[in-house]
Amino acid sequence: MSATTAAWLVLAAPLAGTIAIGALFNRLPGRSAGWIGTGSIAVSFVFALITLYKLQQQAPAHRELTSTLWTIAGTVGVDARATILVDPLSVLMICVVAGVSMLIHLYSISYLQGDRGYSRFFAYLNFFVFSMLLLVLAGNFLLLIVGWAFVGAASYMLISFWYRRTTATSAGMKAFVINVLGDIGLVLGTFFIFRHTHTFDLLASFHAAPHVFASGSGDVTAGCLLLLVGAFAKSAQIPLHTWLPDAMEGPTPVSALIHAATMVTAGVYLIARMHPLFQLAPAAGDVGAIIGALTLLIAGTIGLAATDLKRVIAYSTMSQIGYMIMGVSIGAYTAGLFHLMTHAFFKALLFMAAGSLISAMGGSQSLDRMSGWRRALPFTFAAFVIGGLALTGVPPFSGFFSKDSILLFAAGRGGWHWALYVAGYLGAFLTGLYTFRMIFRAFLGDPCPEALELIDHGHLFHPPAPTNPANGEIEDTDVGFPGPDHVIAERALPMRVAMSVLALLATVGGIVAIPNTTRWLDHFLAPTFADSTLLSHPSNGLLYFGLALGTVVSLVSIATAYFVWVARPALAPAIAARARPLTTLFENKWYFDELIDAVVVRPGAWFGRFAQNTFERVIVNGVLIGGTTGLVRAGSALVRGTQSGMLRLYAGMMLVGIAGVGLYFLLQS
Amino acid sequence: MTIGWYLAVSALIFAIGAGGVLVRRNPLVVLLCLELMLNAANLALIGFARMWGNGDGQVFALIVMVVAACEVTVGLGLIVAMHRRRLPIDVDEMRELQG
Repeated sequence: MSATTAAWLVLAAPLAGTIAIGALFNRLPGRSAGWIGTGSIAVSFVFALITLYKLQQQAPAHRELTSTLWTIAGTVGVDARATILVDPLSVLMICVVAGVSMLIHLYSISYLQGDRGYSRFFAYLNFFVFSMLLLVLAGNFLLLIVGWAFVGAASYMLISFWYRRTTATSAGMKAFVINVLGDIGLVLGTFFIFRHTHTFDLLASFHAAPHVFASGSGDVTAGCLLLLVGAFAKSAQIPLHTWLPDAMEGPTPVSALIHAATMVTAGVYLIARMHPLFQLAPAAGDVGAIIGALTLLIAGTIGLAATDLKRVIAYSTMSQIGYMIMGVSIGAYTAGLFHLMTHAFFKALLFMAAGSLISAMGGSQSLDRMSGWRRALPFTFAAFVIGGLALTGVPPFSGFFSKDSILLFAAGRGGWHWALYVAGYLGAFLTGLYTFRMIFRAFLGDPCPEALELIDHGHLFHPPAPTNPANGEIEDTDVGFPGPDHVIAERALPMRVAMSVLALLATVGGIVAIPNTTRWLDHFLAPTFADSTLLSHPSNGLLYFGLALGTVVSLVSIATAYFVWVARPALAPAIAARARPLTTLFENKWYFDELIDAVVVRPGAWFGRFAQNTFERVIVNGVLIGGTTGLVRAGSALVRGTQSGMLRLYAGMMLVGIAGVGLYFLLQS
Repeated sequence: MTIGWYLAVSALIFAIGAGGVLVRRNPLVVLLCLELMLNAANLALIGFARMWGNGDGQVFALIVMVVAACEVTVGLGLIVAMHRRRLPIDVDEMRELQG
């Protein structure tokens, strides 16, 4: 089996799973849909590993394989083919995506049990994995756009999975609308590039780009900026990030898979994939780096003020993707993808642990109500702490190496990139602060009533009536609402297995690229990024200074969080009261929702009303439609007069007419 | 005798028939006048057949007679139906299909 055949089978397995579960969705007994879904992703993961193995057997210079299944449209200058591109970058992505997806499917088997939409959930989830794999394997712009749009659609379906919750459906629509904005950016950017390279093929475009574009020319910069719009919308970078916190309305495994580990990192993948184009447009790269840095700081401050457990992790995701976007924009491709990989491990782990904790709370997500869960949920606590340490970047956890390698690259670039370096470590401090604020508030302190019930009676808390945690509405447990069962990791083996594997990976995942020691990831990705012109040569001194600084910052941030939220519980409200304007700003998420509402939504709605009242009513209804009907009506009124019903008149007219025609021909001849 | 005289008689009969259709209001008489017009056409056809010396025109005349017979059957049937339903036997009164 060649590498490309295996890659096609990587795509085929989740698609087959989707079709099988979708076709049999109401005939699958018990939890079989979950096992079919997990099995199909496991098959996909195995084929991903085979692809990796086969690719490594090629010589490094020949590790760019393409395979075309059929031509979608090959005519007048358009070359749309169903082509996949198998190179180290796409193989790294399929391994991460399929591997993490498999574990999250495994987790969902238990977590979603009792939900009336059980089969539907796994059909959607398999469809998402297929779309994501299509996105990363696509060998031309067209297939990339198809995968890009498919993951947006899958995200919409899964956010709105509990479709009778009004908050969930509106969050789904918001996500879809903002994602479509990104799709438009991606499509327009593709056109800018296609106009000059005359090919949709990725490799051919990259080879042609240096010849048809002058470095920094207007067209390539515009094209790359439009690609960045697509990346920002998908990866939740400001100002297109507002959908991601709302997307937490979806089931927790969805948040773990789509809105933390895989889909939202598609923007990072896009920039890394398009690096030959971005190198011709340095201005676009700078924009990406600055937006990434801004996002990582702003999201960090919002995470500090949020009180919804899942939203804190969502803002943390935004912040971490800010690091990745910043990294790949300044040329730190390997470091950015390294962080993407480790982030997928520890953030999926954090979301899984959060799901277990939310179940134990009977569906409530408010940090204000949680406390003292450490004794009641020892396994979840351990997972949360491992995920938190990796996220904060404490050595030797994986996040430590990946975050520092991005910042080290920034320092090596010199110049204004030092600002990014400082912002990165500031962000790292915020990361530790909000992560351990969340952990300390939820797990330390006196046990809350729900935790006491679990400790004393071994009885899992169930609320008297199922309610929507977002607005307190009473719900039932029928299809379209969450099911009646709440499952904690301590009592479900599949969840424990999935979380243990991820905890292991989050702990030791950094081993693939320890600076100056194991540089496996650098060597593995070298063929893809060999042509990179954005190089950084940091000195060894800078490297060790960075590692030390990262260690100090992460430990100090955890100590600060302990001091503020555990040792001196009165301190946090006091600080919040002293810096009231800043707290208000953070609690209101920097007013981005209000800003977008004022700048885009309200003018849009106003223009829509104006168009309806003026343009549609006067011009369309009045002139176009009214004019046409008036004309027809006047014409028919004219002719109707002759329809008198008088038989003799008709006969007379017929005679006169025939006589006239006859006379005409007589006179002609 | 030239063909002209036959045609003159035919035209005269046709004109009488057409005038009758336009002027008279009794549907029975209108049908009679229609019959007159058809027979005027028959006369012209036979005249032409004689002029060319072959039977084609006569065949046409026979077909016209068959059509005329059918038309009279339908027309008379309609008039009888009108009479049975006590409708006025007057074409000007029957103008419900006006626009």
